[in-house]
Amino acid sequence: MEILMAVVIGILFMCATYLMLSKSILRIIIGTGLLSHGAHLLILTMGGLKRGAVPLLGEHADSYVDPLPQALILTAIVISFGVTSYFLVLAYRTYQELGTDNMDLLRGNESNE
Amino acid sequence: MSLLHWAILSPFLLAIIIPLMYKYAKRVHTGWFVLWLPLVLFIYFISKVTKISNGTTIRETVQWIPSLNINFDVVIDGLSLLFALLITGIGSLVVLYSIFYLSKKKEKLHNFYVYLLLFMGAMLGVVLSDNLIVLYTFWEFTSLSSFLLIGYWYHRERSRYGAQKSMLITVFGGLSMLGGIVLLYVMGGTFSIRELIAQAGTLINHDLFIAAAILILLGAFTKSAQFPFHIWLPDAMEAPTPVSAYLHSATMVKAGLYLVARLSPLFAAEGIWLWLVAGIGLLTLVWGSFSAIRQTDLKGILAFSTVSQLGLIMSLLGLGAAALHYPIDDNIYIATTVAAVFHLINHATFKGSLFMVVGIVDHETGTRDIRKLGGLMSLMPITFTIAVIGAFSMAGLPPFNGFLSKEMFFTGMLSVLTLDIFNFETWGVLFPVFAWIASVFTFTYSMIIVFKTFTGKLQPEKLEKKPHEAPVGMLISPIILAVLVVVFGLFPNLLTDSIILPAASAILGDAMPADYHIHISMWHGFQPELFMTIGVVLLGIILYKTWPKWKVVYKPFTEKWSFNSLYNNGLKYMEYGSNKLAVNTMTGSIRNYLLYIFFFLIVSLGFTLFWKDAFSISLDNTAPIGFYELVLAVIISIGAISILFVKSRLTSIIVLGSVGYTVSLFFVLFRAPDLALTQLVIETVSTALFLLCFYHLPENFRKEERIRFKLTNFMISLGVGVVVTLIALSASSTKLFDSISQYYVDTTYTEAGGQNMVNVILVDYRGLDTMFEITVLGLAALGIYGMIKLRLTKQGGKKANENK
Repeated sequence: MEILMAVVIGILFMCATYLMLSKSILRIIIGTGLLSHGAHLLILTMGGLKRGAVPLLGEHADSYVDPLPQALILTAIVISFGVTSYFLVLAYRTYQELGTDNMDLLRGNESNE
Repeated sequence: MSLLHWAILSPFLLAIIIPLMYKYAKRVHTGWFVLWLPLVLFIYFISKVTKISNGTTIRETVQWIPSLNINFDVVIDGLSLLFALLITGIGSLVVLYSIFYLSKKKEKLHNFYVYLLLFMGAMLGVVLSDNLIVLYTFWEFTSLSSFLLIGYWYHRERSRYGAQKSMLITVFGGLSMLGGIVLLYVMGGTFSIRELIAQAGTLINHDLFIAAAILILLGAFTKSAQFPFHIWLPDAMEAPTPVSAYLHSATMVKAGLYLVARLSPLFAAEGIWLWLVAGIGLLTLVWGSFSAIRQTDLKGILAFSTVSQLGLIMSLLGLGAAALHYPIDDNIYIATTVAAVFHLINHATFKGSLFMVVGIVDHETGTRDIRKLGGLMSLMPITFTIAVIGAFSMAGLPPFNGFLSKEMFFTGMLSVLTLDIFNFETWGVLFPVFAWIASVFTFTYSMIIVFKTFTGKLQPEKLEKKPHEAPVGMLISPIILAVLVVVFGLFPNLLTDSIILPAASAILGDAMPADYHIHISMWHGFQPELFMTIGVVLLGIILYKTWPKWKVVYKPFTEKWSFNSLYNNGLKYMEYGSNKLAVNTMTGSIRNYLLYIFFFLIVSLGFTLFWKDAFSISLDNTAPIGFYELVLAVIISIGAISILFVKSRLTSIIVLGSVGYTVSLFFVLFRAPDLALTQLVIETVSTALFLLCFYHLPENFRKEERIRFKLTNFMISLGVGVVVTLIALSASSTKLFDSISQYYVDTTYTEAGGQNMVNVILVDYRGLDTMFEITVLGLAALGIYGMIKLRLTKQGGKKANENK
């Protein structure tokens, strides 16, 4: 199972990278979204998969899955949501002010500040 | 702090007060407040002469940074004393001369004297320090003050160019020297020159020895304007003439000579040192004297002549170091070292006077161009006399001191023929030949200086001022120097016992017998040297007379093929190249930067993975693949890949949402209910935000198109994916230790009173994480609010109204 997940995570990273290298801001942000999905799944996979019951003591199981990676991912999800929403509003404002979403046109140089 | 330390620091202290003097005593020329200090110092150093000539050395020390072995150690021996006397003696004369040279009304005198005092103190520090780091500190101070003095008339472009050039070249050398000093410390464990020399026998076998020698020589050669680093000196002639006389002929350019002489006992055992010092010195001598003839500016001639004379002394020092290889009493190479010291003194006297003469000519006629000058002999008789004495001494004519040192120079060069170490027998024969040719050129340009300026026809229409004799005050210093030239010429043994021999024995150390004595005399019989001098004079006169006819030999040496253009183009292309590099790499396109980052990530991680042989894959201890997981894995992969191919951005947003929901289904399958809940909610909100953003896309940019395929992008993304997969596989296959989570499982209820382990970890065990995660969300919310509400534009908020 871990091997399959590693391949899936690799695919998510690959697509995320390809999107981040594209021109449109929206696609870059979609890329970061995919990247964070990949990272979250990676943490979960590295903690080991399916080694016991849901981490609730009420289950009265012999063994539980590792609760620590889940706590880490929960934090990471919330933070990446905060950052993504900030980026999205930034992109939205960029469209409004500059009228473009093409990264090639959004270049600064010394002649136009 | 001893008196000696105060002597070194006194110029710096005086430099602090001088601006006040300039401001509050405007009636008196500021130079008068400066003049007493070098005089007092000169007398102070004179008082040490008897003690030093008896063979004692004076050493004083003050702790500076004892933990790093850096202390302000000051040692006076023969060599240091000679330099200290030159610095303070010529310093006094130059200050006196500058009082009459620089106008009280027009010039910023406080700047001038502050820089000059700074230089004087630094130079004293260089020659008196025993600690190499302290020496280096003062060394860079001389570079800095020289830079300031060359750029004294900073409104002139040539001054700024010359100052920058000398700064770049001497600081390059200074930094190399620092490298050499550090290497010496690595080898010998001390910065003290004396202690290093005491270890010379063991250091020579060290691997770093040759590197240290070459680095230190780079420092000495750049400072002393040796070939091919001589190019800064002619451009430094933009400085006021007193500065040229002081720094660029008598003192600073001799700092390199001092360093070579000082470190000779340490390095002379190495053949490379001898070859480089003697060879480069000789090359500089020939090239400098050859180039001097073609100059038309008097200071230009003197600059190249300084270059060539410094080369002469350098080559004598190189050959003199051979004395350390022949431990016999009647050692001819000791005489070579003595000649170097003697010529060092002589050069300071006659070159100082010549510069002052040129300054007078410039001051009284308004030009230094020999094509405009001529016939000044009857108008300026005293200046003419001084010029004759200086130039004839430089040319090596009797009865002046230059004649004596030139004879000794020939003796030294002829002695190369008997040298049988380091393969000197093969090419050594070139030394006397080159030396003789260079002397012929020296004779020729010396004649040009005197006769083109003072004889011939007066051309009053080309001169800016009506020429007349200089004021008395301006003549005092050159007269004193010219008198010294004659006195040293007629009574050459005046200084041998008191100054020259102690200096030579300081250079040679143990190789010099204690009872060594030399008698310099004007007449030494019909030796080969005498016939060489006669040849020099004859050929020199012929060359001078026929000068217009053989000018053509300089044709191939055009400006295009000079070292100057090498330097200029070097600077130009360095700037051009770095600019090009910056423009090519820093394109301003985010895609390029991401490409660099990802490429480096792939290469470094991939390389490390295989270099350390870290990749491993193991199938044991993995969970079995269930049907649902397989289906979800296929869905999520298809979803992710299809984002790359869909045309519409709307579709890609929806597909991203589907990927997010699949992730939350994965969380369900992998037994993480809290994660699944959070993921579900957050994915919904994010998708809504994406849609909002999409909705606000400007109409004309809404044209939907697929991502254009780029091979580089694809390769990089593939690389990132593969590397991440490999690392994930290796990490999950090698478990080094068990998880600490058993503790949480055991204590969640007993310690924290909860049953949901994830939530207890979040708010109880690791509550700090949660607090700052809340902070992040709060900041994001505030930031978003600010971005939407706060609309200050360049027009001061006007645009904000339009947008409402």
